[in-house]
Formats: sequence, C-alpha cells, structure tokens
Amino acid sequence: MFCLHKYSQKLFILLILCLINSPLQAALDIEIFGGGASQIPITIVPFVNETSLPQSISTVVANDLQSSGLFKMIDSDGLALHASEEINYVGWANRGSSALVIGETTLLLDNQIEVRFYLIDIAKQTQLTSLITTVHTTQLRTVAHQIADIIYQALIGEVGIFNTRIAYVVKRETSYILQVADADGFNAQPVIEYTEPIISPAWSPDGSKLAYVSFENRKPVVYVQTLATGVRTELANFEGSNSAPAWSPDGKTLAIVLTKQGGSQIFLINADGSGLKKLSKHAGIDTEPSFSADGQSLIFTSDRGGSPQIYRMAINHASGGLIERLTFEGNYNVSPEFSRDGKQFTFIHRNNNRFSVAVQDIATRQMQLLTNSQFDESPSFAPNDRVILYATEINGRGILSTVSSDGQTRQQFSSLEGDIREPAWGPFRSIKE
Amino acid sequence: MKKLWGVLMISMLSACASQTTQQAVEVEERLIGSGGVEQQASTAEGQGVNSNDATFHPLKDPNNILSKRSIYYDFDSYVVMNEYRALVLAHADYLRKNVNAGVLLQGNTDSRGSREYNLALGQRRADSVKNIMLLSGAKASQVESVSLGEEKPRAMNQDESSWSENRRTDIIYWGE
Repeated sequence: MFCLHKYSQKLFILLILCLINSPLQAALDIEIFGGGASQIPITIVPFVNETSLPQSISTVVANDLQSSGLFKMIDSDGLALHASEEINYVGWANRGSSALVIGETTLLLDNQIEVRFYLIDIAKQTQLTSLITTVHTTQLRTVAHQIADIIYQALIGEVGIFNTRIAYVVKRETSYILQVADADGFNAQPVIEYTEPIISPAWSPDGSKLAYVSFENRKPVVYVQTLATGVRTELANFEGSNSAPAWSPDGKTLAIVLTKQGGSQIFLINADGSGLKKLSKHAGIDTEPSFSADGQSLIFTSDRGGSPQIYRMAINHASGGLIERLTFEGNYNVSPEFSRDGKQFTFIHRNNNRFSVAVQDIATRQMQLLTNSQFDESPSFAPNDRVILYATEINGRGILSTVSSDGQTRQQFSSLEGDIREPAWGPFRSIKE
Repeated sequence: MKKLWGVLMISMLSACASQTTQQAVEVEERLIGSGGVEQQASTAEGQGVNSNDATFHPLKDPNNILSKRSIYYDFDSYVVMNEYRALVLAHADYLRKNVNAGVLLQGNTDSRGSREYNLALGQRRADSVKNIMLLSGAKASQVESVSLGEEKPRAMNQDESSWSENRRTDIIYWGE
C-alpha cells in the first residue's frame, strides 16, 4: 500500500513538473475525439508589446478557443503584427488559416493598459470585429477571456463562456475551501474555509451569490454568501439536515432539502429565509432539486421507486403536483441538473459500477453517456449549454473535468491543486463586472 | 502526512478488527486518540487507561454484544440485515433499562455517486436503526439519528473493502 502511494505521488510530481516546464501549457489538458474536420483554422498572432506585460493576452485567447474543441490553432511563427501593417492574406490562406487575430497593447500611466484587438476573415479579406479598451494590469486575463468570447461569437454564432466563473470545493489536509475561479481554472479565490465539509455550491442566477452547505455546526446547514462583500446569511438551519440548495431562475426562491419532518424532502424557501413551503410528500429520499428554465418545474433524485431515479415535479400544485419519472435505464441515476434552455438535463448514471456523466433529452427521453470514467460526480452545464463541468478522480485525487454536451471534447483542469470536488458553473457575466 | 497514514492504517486495522476480536478494537480506539503510529508499541503493551481493569462496563466489555457499535449495509441499501438485528436489539434493550443513557446514530455511505444522495442515504441508514430501537422500547428522547453521508470516510481507499467499511451506521453513546 505504501509503495503504491509513493508511486502515485511520483506520478503526480512528474505531472506537475511537466506543467511547469511547458510554458504553453494551459490550466486544461485537452482531449478531442473526432470533430477535427469541422474545426475552424485560426491564427492568433502575439499582440504587439505584450511580452512586456505581466500576462500575455494572446496565449490566454488561444487556450480559451482551443479548449472549446471547435478551433484549430495555426502557428504564426511568433511574428507580432501591427494593425497598420498590410496583411498578407494569400500567405495566411496558404498556411491554412481562415481567421486571423491581431492585437496591440500600450502601457499607459498607473498600470493601465490600452488593448486593441481585431478579428480578420482571411478569405473575405475583411475585418469581422474589433475591441479597443483600457484595463488595469490585473485585468489582462479577464480582457483576454472577453476577446475569446467575442471571437467565439463572431465565428461560431453562439455566446462564449470563457469570461465566466466556476465554484468548487478543495480539500487540503484537514481544511475544506470553497473557491471561485475563472472558467479556465486560473485566478482562484477562496470564498470560505472550514475544517468541516462544504458541499453543493450553487450560483445565484445573477452570479453575485453562492448558496452552499456547510457542516461547520456539526450538521448540514444551508448558507447564502454574497461574493463581493463576503457577507453571508443562514438560509436554512432547521432541525435535522439542511442541504441541496438550488436557485429558481428569477433568484427569488431556492429549493432546499430538509429532514425536519422525517425522510429527505424538498421545500421551497425565499432567498431571505422566509416563506418555507413543503413540496414533496414522499417519506423516503427526495433530493438534488434543479429548476427548469421557466421556473415551473423541478427535476430531482428520488428513491420512491426502490432505486434512485430522476423525476420531474410541477411546482404549481394547481396542476395537481404531477410527478413523473424521467430515467429508466439502470438502477442508479442521480444528481440531475437542467440545461439553461430546459431542453435536456445532465446527471450521473451508474453502469457496471462505473459512475459516468450522461445527458437526457426532455422531449425524446433519449439518454446519452458522455464519459466512461469510474467516479464522476456533480455535473453542471456551462451557461451556453455547450459544455458540462463535473468532478472525477484520478490516482485517488479529485479533479475537475469538462465534456462537451455532444461528448466530442473532454478536458481536465490540471492546474488546480488539492483534492477537488463539487463544481458548479456560474452564469454569464456582464462586460462591466 | 505520516500522521495521516498512521490514522489511515489504524482505521483499516480497526476495519478488520471489527470482524474479529473486540479486544483489538479497544486498543485501536485509544490509538486513534493518541494519534500516531509511534505510540502503537507502548499502548499495545498495556499502558492504556482501562486495560488493567478487572471488569468492563457492559458497553465496553469485549465479550458483550453492546461493545459492537457498527451496522453495515449493501450498496445503496438502508436495510438492517439479519446479522445485525441482535446487535441493534441489544442496544435498544440497554436503552430501555437505562433511561439516562442515550445514543447518537451516525449514518455513513461509501464515496461513490452523489454527495447529496449519500447524505440522504446516510440519514435513512441511521433512521432505520433508530426505528428498530424505538419499536423495541427505547424512547425517542434517547435516540438521535444524523447523517455524515460520504463526508467522513473511515477507510480511504477506492476498493470494495473500503467501500463496505464505509457503508455503516455507528452507535455512539452520550459522553463517549
């Protein structure tokens, strides 16, 4: 056992060394299955003067785009290019590039940087979009994520998720730390730290607050914490266990799970802790509620059929409080979360002792397995529904991974240290934030 | 790190021991309290607090079923299996005869699947033991059931022996 442990430790150290030694290594290890033919070939030219900045913008943009699995990076040979220079369209086309990203940075007073960026369509020989903005040096990663989102939207036609945030829990020695990081795993900030477990972080729809479950009072209690101020309130501390918070789409209500009346039952509670209302009446386990996009129904895990399965419940009892079973494959389907458009949900499906990420279409009821790992947990959709973030385990250590909702691209967050679990993807952010 | 492995080793030892002799469990409990492999030799040689006592309290007597404190389960099950019924009934009987005693029942699960579902499952496990105790004459005020879900594993490995060790309700008497 000790030998095994030493072995895995060595592997881990080796992995870390690899990361340190390769300057282009992003926070993500990317695995792409197929789909290569439909990737857009793009060249990200190093931004003028960015080598003198504390953070290169073009490498962050390139890593972001690459992580989507939808772009193929065409090398620029490291040539920085001024916007005023003539563009050799034929030369870039011959290299196989169909889009070109160029940019300039200018250091102003007080650590302010002017950033200019242009996206060029090489075939049409036109400029597709551009951005000129001034940011503080500490905001260079953020502006790079914004640029990647602009490129993604211009070329893919959907809203990008690079300038969003994720929350997750890190276990280090005897402490549990709830953290928030950029979607690429960088810029991690602690939200709260305790020596007792923290589980089930849930973003408010506006991204300003996190609800979570802490065991600091020797039992599970639900808290809501405002990220900007650090101020937190006790949302639910009733007799017994309080857990599984989920925000309604309007942010006014949360669904929570309480055992105060026996069993684990779903309740609604106002975001200020008032107006507790019981939703489920089953005496066994009802847990892990997730709201539909219109806020009119919940999906949740229940053992009412003898094994944990996913059910849907109408919230408005005028409709009879109809409860309908959604999953039928296998005898263990848990942790459902609706996509933001409400058309599908992701969950954990157990098959031959493997716990893997799956999605199911609400209308067709078609289930699709997206991973083949052994210990996947806690899947959550990116705000554009294109990607699912989940926790898994490698060499006994919890790590975060993503899989595209079509199963084509998988990635691991290798830069985050510690034993990581319970990820939740935050909502879109406004540019001003 | 060394300390962690010490505790882990002890946890695993105690996992094995719970199936064998209770004397070993007694020793290991004290070891966990002293928290290090280095102390194993001296404690095992009999410098522990109670090891020289001629008689044991019934809850501590290794020959008494009341010294057994763990009920184990199948995956995703909260059914108290027949082999553990005598154990639960003995504790219920003790509570009935000792009205000033009381227990905390802690339900645990293995680490696989959903943390929230496991929290609820651990509660059902503790509740299932509580229900048998109440039906057998213990008072509700003597029995509290809580769940630790998969959050406080006793065995840390990802294999069947660790998982089955962690699918467990522990009976802890007040003051222990």
